[in-house]
Amino acid sequence: MYVSSHEVKRLAILDAERCVGCQLCMFACSRRFGDGGLAKSAILVRSVGGIERGLTVIVCRACLDPPCARVCPTDALKLRKHGGVFLDQTKCIGCRNCVEACDIGAVFWDYETNKPIICVHCGYCSQFCHYKVLGVEKTI
Amino acid sequence: MNQRDPLKRVLYIDLSRKSFWIDDRVDLFERWLGGIGVAVQLFKEEAPKNIEPLSPENPVIFSIGPLTSLYPLASKTVALFKSPLTGNLGESHAGGRSAIAIRLAGYGAIIIKGASQLPLYLVIKEGEVEFRDGSALWGISNANTVGRILREAAIGRGIRTIMRIGKAGEKLVSYAAVITETYRHFGRLGLGAVLGSKKVKGIIIYGKHSIPIQDKKKYREIYDRLYRLAVGSDAMKRYHDLGTAINILPLNYIGALPTRNLNSSRFEGAEEICGENIAEKKLARRVACAHCPIACIHIASIREPYPDEPYFYKTTFISYDHELLYSLGSMLGVKKIDDVLRLIDTVEAMGLDAISTGVCLAWATEAYKRGIITINETLVELDWGNIDNYIQVIKYIVEQPNDFYGMLARGTREASKHYGGQEFALNFGGNEMPGYHTGYGAIIGYSIGSRHSHLDCAGYRVDQTIKEPPSPEEFVELLIKEEEWRQILNSLTICLFARSIYNVENIIEALKPLGYNYTEEELKKTGEEIYFEKQKLKLKLGFKPEELKIPSRVFETPTPHGLLKREYIEEALQHYIKLIEYKTLQ
Repeated sequence: MYVSSHEVKRLAILDAERCVGCQLCMFACSRRFGDGGLAKSAILVRSVGGIERGLTVIVCRACLDPPCARVCPTDALKLRKHGGVFLDQTKCIGCRNCVEACDIGAVFWDYETNKPIICVHCGYCSQFCHYKVLGVEKTI
Repeated sequence: MNQRDPLKRVLYIDLSRKSFWIDDRVDLFERWLGGIGVAVQLFKEEAPKNIEPLSPENPVIFSIGPLTSLYPLASKTVALFKSPLTGNLGESHAGGRSAIAIRLAGYGAIIIKGASQLPLYLVIKEGEVEFRDGSALWGISNANTVGRILREAAIGRGIRTIMRIGKAGEKLVSYAAVITETYRHFGRLGLGAVLGSKKVKGIIIYGKHSIPIQDKKKYREIYDRLYRLAVGSDAMKRYHDLGTAINILPLNYIGALPTRNLNSSRFEGAEEICGENIAEKKLARRVACAHCPIACIHIASIREPYPDEPYFYKTTFISYDHELLYSLGSMLGVKKIDDVLRLIDTVEAMGLDAISTGVCLAWATEAYKRGIITINETLVELDWGNIDNYIQVIKYIVEQPNDFYGMLARGTREASKHYGGQEFALNFGGNEMPGYHTGYGAIIGYSIGSRHSHLDCAGYRVDQTIKEPPSPEEFVELLIKEEEWRQILNSLTICLFARSIYNVENIIEALKPLGYNYTEEELKKTGEEIYFEKQKLKLKLGFKPEELKIPSRVFETPTPHGLLKREYIEEALQHYIKLIEYKTLQ
């Protein structure tokens, strides 16, 4: 079901204008770990100042030179081939520098583990996006 | 149930003391699932004796169910309170993000009791309630503005609910609504007035919890199946494509669309205000409740020029549904799309229930035309389709500049009791009529349904599927059966639009990985019990089924089943009373 991260694919927002705000992607992301809720979600759909003004989808865009990794004091965020990062949970000290460094706001926080939530670009969320807002594309 | 599920936690908020506490109520959630099942029990505990709807003693209970946030299409919040409109049990459901927010803040139910001296708004998070000064928000003329201010005032963008009342709630209009996420509502039966009486302008709820799952593998399997059913089903496609507004044309075709205060059941403007036409000309966006892929919320845009300057426009986004197109369209003889949308926009801005407001305007128009009331009462002329005056009247209902508007703000039952015209005051048990004049099922359903709503037992649907009505007794029993089953849907807070997806088998399967083992029989039995618990509660709160009055207009305007006979409906009501008395005495 998962696209292995070694295949170097990237989650892509194909067209945010098509988003209806159902948030099934967010629930799917958290559900990867088996439980329900949103504590582990690495994606956020929210309105742009009220639902009447439309919606925006916030998720890691797999930067080639990711600022989150640059500010990590313990090297817990490792560069992923062709963009994005991996999180080494054992090294992370929960300093939140990465959250601050991401201008997109795509590094979310897991309050239950006190660690960042990093998108692994598995594409599971896109399988529940009925409106083709999300998709997976090859990075090369 | 899974003992680690935070669903069992009930948050109690006392506005008088500005205090809160959390109780473990696994007893209630084990026995009554959640939603309406649990809310009825909590209401019984909180209101041991009869209470006044607008007194501090009236508790407001919000509850959600075990499926909420775990499966799609189960994102409804049930609100239970005593209704200032009917003087009896008030039950209203809303979608948006409300249910998910409550669930992920770690609660199964929230009880708000007491009253504040000063206006306030609540910010509810996991284990924390803030009582924030709402004085600056009180009296703001447009409820949308309140939403905008509250959005900036608290954290949790995208995953919080922002409930608020409009000026109608502040002014205690008996059918004031609570608005959530701009386009969803606890519309019916006056929850807005109850919160207004407590001086609660808004409630923000935020949470990001995990919900532990007992059988993770099975959970994902069932989830995937329900998701595929949801996005693949024709029924759901209907709600996505045109939304509930799809009903206008077929209802008009069969002669079941209440028009001009039900003087007719066909509307010559139906082609104009139907879902197809609005979608083609005005539909701007479709959006969804949280955790529902259907996206039935249809939002139209209208562009209005300012008269004082060329090329100066305002663009407004207005959500529409069948009930609104009926109550503020056909029922008032409003034939232009933009006019209906402007009326909807006014109702939204004031924070009123659209159905009750439309039916109140319709009653007032007929009463005015018949000379029962005059311009001394109404202050403006009333005529079908005159929307500038209707907009003024809606504002008067909220401001209540004279005794007449004070009365109209209490609904058609009270207004007609005082001024006359009861025979065409279209309410059932005090709640204004929904947009279906389909036959016996609709009328009996409005009368005997716990909320006096078409959603209680869907008699209007039965009317559209049967050729000949069965005997009155059989009809009542059929409708009660349906209402009993809907107690299960409403305890699991499944959207009623998804009732065909969540059939008995699928519900049983969906509950299993969460640690519930129900048989079909047990589930149905629980539905029956919840129904009678609710009926008992209604009787305790002063409901007198023998006093149910059917406005004679209902018998004067044909339905697809012809003109209805009063005797048939009276026999049906007699049978209902007999059944209720028998069951509730047990």
